[in-house]
Parts: sequence; C-alpha cells; structure tokens
Amino acid sequence: MLDLTPDEWIAIRLSLRIAIVATVVALPFGIAVAWLLARKNFWGKTLLDGVIHLPLVLPPVVTGYLLLISFGRRGPIGAFLYDWFGIVFSFRWTGAALACGVMGFPLLVRPIRLAIEAIDRRLEDAAATLGADRARVFLTVTLPLALPGLIAGFVLCFAKALGEFGATITFVSNIPGETQTLSAAIYTLTQIPGGDAAAARLVVVAIVISLVALVLSEWLARRAGMRFHGE
Amino acid sequence: MLAVDVEKRLGEFSIAARFETASGVTAVFGPSGAGKTTLVNMIAGLVTPDRGRITLGDTALFDSEQRINLPAWRRRIGYVFQEGRLFPHLKVAANLDYGRRMSGLPPDAAETQRIVDLLDIGQLGDRRPGKLSGGERQRVAIGRALLMRPRLLLLDEPLASLDVARKREILPYLERLRDESAVPMVYVSHQANELRRIATSVVLLEAGRVTAAGGKDLLERAEAILV
Repeated sequence: MLDLTPDEWIAIRLSLRIAIVATVVALPFGIAVAWLLARKNFWGKTLLDGVIHLPLVLPPVVTGYLLLISFGRRGPIGAFLYDWFGIVFSFRWTGAALACGVMGFPLLVRPIRLAIEAIDRRLEDAAATLGADRARVFLTVTLPLALPGLIAGFVLCFAKALGEFGATITFVSNIPGETQTLSAAIYTLTQIPGGDAAAARLVVVAIVISLVALVLSEWLARRAGMRFHGE
Repeated sequence: MLAVDVEKRLGEFSIAARFETASGVTAVFGPSGAGKTTLVNMIAGLVTPDRGRITLGDTALFDSEQRINLPAWRRRIGYVFQEGRLFPHLKVAANLDYGRRMSGLPPDAAETQRIVDLLDIGQLGDRRPGKLSGGERQRVAIGRALLMRPRLLLLDEPLASLDVARKREILPYLERLRDESAVPMVYVSHQANELRRIATSVVLLEAGRVTAAGGKDLLERAEAILV
C-alpha cells in the first residue's frame, strides 16, 4: 500500500485546499461573467472574452510572471491590497490559489456560458408573468437549468487548479508546506537522487484524486440531467 | 375591465389595436400572423408597445404619456402559453405553487384543492413535466397560472399544440373555468370552432388592426371573411 510520509501528506492536503479554495472563490465570478457574455451586449465584450481566455493560450510561466508583477508585494494591485487590507499573495498559499483560479477561470466560464445560452428564455418570461422579479428568475429558473454546465465548469476548473504548475511556481515559488503543491512536489522529487519512489507514490495519489473527481462529476451531471427528463 | 389602445412597429409589420373587454371570455380571433401573440405579450408586459395605454380595472399597466410601464412580474396577469412552458426542473406540484410563492401570497390549501380538482390534475403532483402528456401539461399550465390568483388570464392558443382528441379533453375544463371562476380571460385563437364553445365576446384582429368587436355571432361572419 501507499505509505505516505508526513511531508507528502502536507503537499496533498495543500493541493486540495488550494484547488478547492481557488474553484469555490472563482465560481461566483465565473457565473457572473458567463451570464454577462451569454446575455448582454456591451462595449468591450470581445476584449473581456479575450482576456478571460488568455491564460488558456499564454504559456503558464507568462501568466505567473504577470501575476507576480501585478499582485506581488511591490506590484500595483499587490501593494494596494497589502496597504489597505493586509492581504498578501506572494509566496503564500493564497497566491497559489489565485494563480490556480486565474488559470482555471476560462475552463469554468465556458461550460456555464454555453449552458446559459442553451436555456429557453421563454421559460424566464413565463416565470416573470408568475410574479418573479429578475433576480428571482435568475435564482429559480436560470441557475437551476444551467446546473449541468455549472458542474462541468466546476470540475474542469478544479482539475486545472489541482494540476497547475507553471503559473503557480513562477508566482509563489515552491516552498514546502506553503506553496508546494502535489505537482511541484513531484517535480522536486524527480530532480533529487533517490526521489523516484516518493514521486511514484504522489503520482498514484494524483491519479486517484483526478479519477474520483471525474466519477463524482459524471454522477452529479447525470443526476442533474435526469431531473429535466422526468426521472 | 381591460382597455387596450396600443401601437407597435416590428420591422415591416405594425400593430395598432384598440379594444375593451368585459368580464367573461374575450376571444381575440384572427388569422396566423395577425399579431395576436404580440398583442397579448404587450398586455402581459413581455413586449413593450411603442405608444398607447393599457389599463386593467383602474390600474394603468402601461401608459406612454405618463411613462408608466409596470414590469411583467408586478402585473398579476396569468398567462397560459401555447407550449405550456412548465419548468422542467420542478415537479408538477412545485410548478403549480411557483406563482403563489413568487407573488408572495400565503398558502391556501382550499384554493389549491379547488383548482386541482377543477382541472383534474391531483394525481400528477409528483411527476416532472417531461413525463406528462400534452393534455396534462396544458392543464397544469392553466392551473399554474390560476394559482397565482391573477386579475386576468391570458390564453394564447392553448390548444394549438394538441391533437383533436386532446383538444376535446381540455375544452370542458376551460368551459368549467369560465363558468366557475370569476377571472376574466382573453383567449387567443385562429380556430373558430374552439372559440364558439368558450367565448362570450369576440375581437377580430386582422393584420395588426382590430376590424370588428362584438358578440359571438361575429365568429360566423369573421370565419366567412377569413376563409
């Protein structure tokens, strides 16, 4: 069986924490942006769409570097957040979560946007005639009907966050116990003599986590889809 | 009761319609493409007229001069759509209860029971709309609109998506509804035989204009003109 050392457990827990926090915090923003892109026409829409998709096409190191110069302690946004709110991203696990959230964001937004676009808007009209204001139409009709897309986006973002390496290591480095995720730990182990066995153990863990997430999402999506077909 | 005087331009097509209704069932009769659906959508608040006035009782729903445009969700007008438009993610019982919840009305078990019995949909509560027959779906849609306690009920070709047998199944319910409930109705259709059974007065709409208004006898004349 896998006999993980305390250090390896730390890396695993840290990875899970970073991925979950990144995805959960990104979700409301992802829903808002997906809704905007699906439903509204506004000046700069194409630009917004492009900026969101940038992390998907840029080399992750570039995204990490951009985060470093803007969210680092001396960066414009980083300095502001530190001075006013005492929030620090650089070389902290929160920075890793930020990097993972940014990298996963396009994968989060896309399925939600497609799901919202696929909704029959006449159902929203029907809800309005039944007395629901716009916020309630969104909460009781739009969001539940977009649920399969929400689940898909959540899982894709989580998977991306869990495996993210380039942007994270560039932005917050590779500090054991603080910013060393599963991926970074595996990379480090492959660089030191005799690290092969430990690397292999962590690889197995990564595969197990990914498979569990995949099966879980498949199951959730099927349940959500079934509801619409009257099971 | 309901007074409509609106203008709306939609590309080449324009609507300039004026009519009033009393209690009972007012049929809006006309050929396909006459603008019937757009007209009821304006009454419901789903389409905004360019100009004019719509009043229900002493409430102004829309008035371009006074810049009044009550949003659909504040009009309390029940709407039965051609395709039902039941919420696929909610069970029948939750669909029926939706309008009451959103309108902030207290639960009223007796009223719910009355409507459920009237439409004979008591055994469907646990099902999802996807598992209903076309006729059942329309009955639930009518029940859903009634349970929000509307001040007016709009029915836009509620039988058009059904075959002849299902139409025969629903019509008696609509007749009971007319005779047993106090809610005035506007019933849109291009089927004169359907309207002959249900209507108490008739508004004739052709190419966006009201060309005649009166009693049921108008149906015979109108049908002769339209055919």
